[in-house]
Amino acid sequence: MLLFFEQLLNGVQFGMMLFLMAAGLTLVVGIMNLINLAHGALYMVGAFLAVTFSLLTGSYLLAVGLAVACTALIGLAIEFLVLRPLYSRDHLDQVLCTFGLILFLNELTRFIWGATPLRLDIPAWLDYSVSLAGIDYPGYRLIVILASVAVAIGLYFLIGHTRIGMLIRAGASDRKMIIGLGVNIALLYSLIFALGAGLAALAGILAAPIFTVQVGMGDHILILTLVVIVIGGIGSVRGSFAAAIVVGVIDTLGRVMLPSGFGNVIIYLLMAVILFWRPRGLFPSHA
Amino acid sequence: MGYKKCLAAITLAALAGAAGAQEVKIGLVTTLTGPLGALGKHVRDGFELGVAEAGGKLGGLSTEVIVEDDQLRPDVALQAANKLIERNKVQVITGVIFSNVAMAIAKPAIDNEVFFISPNAGPSQLAGKQCSPYFFATAWQNDQPHQAMGEYLQEQGVKKVYLIAPNYTAGKDALRGFKRAYKGAIVGETYAAMNQLDFAAEISKIRAAKPDALYVFLSGGMGINFTKQYAQANLTNEIPMYSAFTIDSITLPAIGDAAVGTYQTNLWNADLPNKANRHFVESFQKKYGYLPSNFAAQSYDTARLLDSALREAGGASNKKAFAAALKKAHFESVRGSFSFNTNNFPIGNFYLLKVVKQADGTVRQVTEKTALVDAKDAYYAECRM
Repeated sequence: MLLFFEQLLNGVQFGMMLFLMAAGLTLVVGIMNLINLAHGALYMVGAFLAVTFSLLTGSYLLAVGLAVACTALIGLAIEFLVLRPLYSRDHLDQVLCTFGLILFLNELTRFIWGATPLRLDIPAWLDYSVSLAGIDYPGYRLIVILASVAVAIGLYFLIGHTRIGMLIRAGASDRKMIIGLGVNIALLYSLIFALGAGLAALAGILAAPIFTVQVGMGDHILILTLVVIVIGGIGSVRGSFAAAIVVGVIDTLGRVMLPSGFGNVIIYLLMAVILFWRPRGLFPSHA
Repeated sequence: MGYKKCLAAITLAALAGAAGAQEVKIGLVTTLTGPLGALGKHVRDGFELGVAEAGGKLGGLSTEVIVEDDQLRPDVALQAANKLIERNKVQVITGVIFSNVAMAIAKPAIDNEVFFISPNAGPSQLAGKQCSPYFFATAWQNDQPHQAMGEYLQEQGVKKVYLIAPNYTAGKDALRGFKRAYKGAIVGETYAAMNQLDFAAEISKIRAAKPDALYVFLSGGMGINFTKQYAQANLTNEIPMYSAFTIDSITLPAIGDAAVGTYQTNLWNADLPNKANRHFVESFQKKYGYLPSNFAAQSYDTARLLDSALREAGGASNKKAFAAALKKAHFESVRGSFSFNTNNFPIGNFYLLKVVKQADGTVRQVTEKTALVDAKDAYYAECRM
């Protein structure tokens, strides 16, 4: 029984990690109507930048802040230079172009940082274990849960209770109308993309001490992230939050309870079932 | 006089022509891009050092090495191999790290009577029924490091072991190799998804199963993730972690302190005290500015093996003589003892390594002891050559 709760916690924790990735992506895909496969590449860029900044500054928090800000700026540049002409094109063009971006960013990262995996250690002040009913649970993983919840609350507030959030929602519902009302939609899209890039970087940085900092690290997590946003309802942060927990828990419990091999397909089965039952996801956004 | 001079000139020209014909062309097909591209760099640098130490002339013959990137894709590797065989007319192909790539290349190489010398991949098929006089392995048969660890834990009297490996052929082969030698109780066996990121669930399961030891085969990024998460769960001291192909000098910098206290089996380590190895480690670091891994060592050994065989057979054009010269393995291996078994796979030692933190703060693998002396693979009896 205790093991079951421990596994449940593991699942929630993994889900929270996916949520950080999914939150940014669901905004970009849902509101900008842009299929951005390069989200995983930005996750990688964030992690690599954090490694470099933590070596340069010696401070974990400073490194996190700088890496998130730099990745957001890189996102801004990519949006301006590469993606802007793609908004009017169909999704296949977007998929091809952002897939190209993955290859480009992967090779650029290899060129700058080399092919050998790097590491970002848990800072000493976060490196502790929490004793939960006699089990040492890594404290850092609880911090990741807290960070994800903070991001969820922050996004909820930003989208639901600020002027810019109102514009974002309006842009998602009726793009032409909001242009007609004189809102600078191009600027709005740039900001959303930068926010998405920053969130991807934050996900990469928080994951870095647990996972590997290496070229291509974003490619594997991107697939799970896409599953999360599809289940959650594209464009819905609330949906992503719920779907991330569902995917995290089901994936974890599936790996533990089902025979080897079955556990790995269960989330895709789950996705198929949910799409059959609710084709637009658990929490379809208003668009 | 004029006539004699002329004759001498003709003779010299003929000699030079003969020497020119005795050049050697080698195709180095290795993995240089993708997440595991670092391995290919080690293989290429190790081989290059071996060639450089022979003055750029393996066996005293003018040597051309053509490097191809296989991208860890058998189809790309096959294309590269066909190009090397047909267009470049190479006599030797080497450099291959992964078994799926090796299996794709083996057929065209063997069919065209091109020597294929694998510095790492040692698939069981090529060690057993499909063995060939044109295929040599200079590292191991893939199961061997696992079997070596199984034998070591058996010998140590470890009673309960938990096993984890990725869910694909090599993962299953690995655990089969381990179980071939280990006869104690196996309290759990988990096959993780390829490229799995989070192992929290598996780690909780391992803790609950209370084994005396954990045996891990998770290569590349999976191994880094797992080892870090295992240490973060405070289990490294509670349930000792033994592994092969998981922690090496390439992944170690990415794992850091989390690997301290774990054990590995390998055929080589930088601190092996033999003379050839001391020389290799020193000159490798001097030339490339980083610590060599076993991949670099195996590739260096391959270059030195080729050097000895080409010298002895006077080139690779007489295939029978060249094969016989290769089989003699007249070179000093950085592994210590080295000879070829009947299936052209090595007979050599396996060492038990432990990761320690040194006084200067660096984390390194040190050789604890020799786990197996002159080990042979499990398939050579099936090989009829």
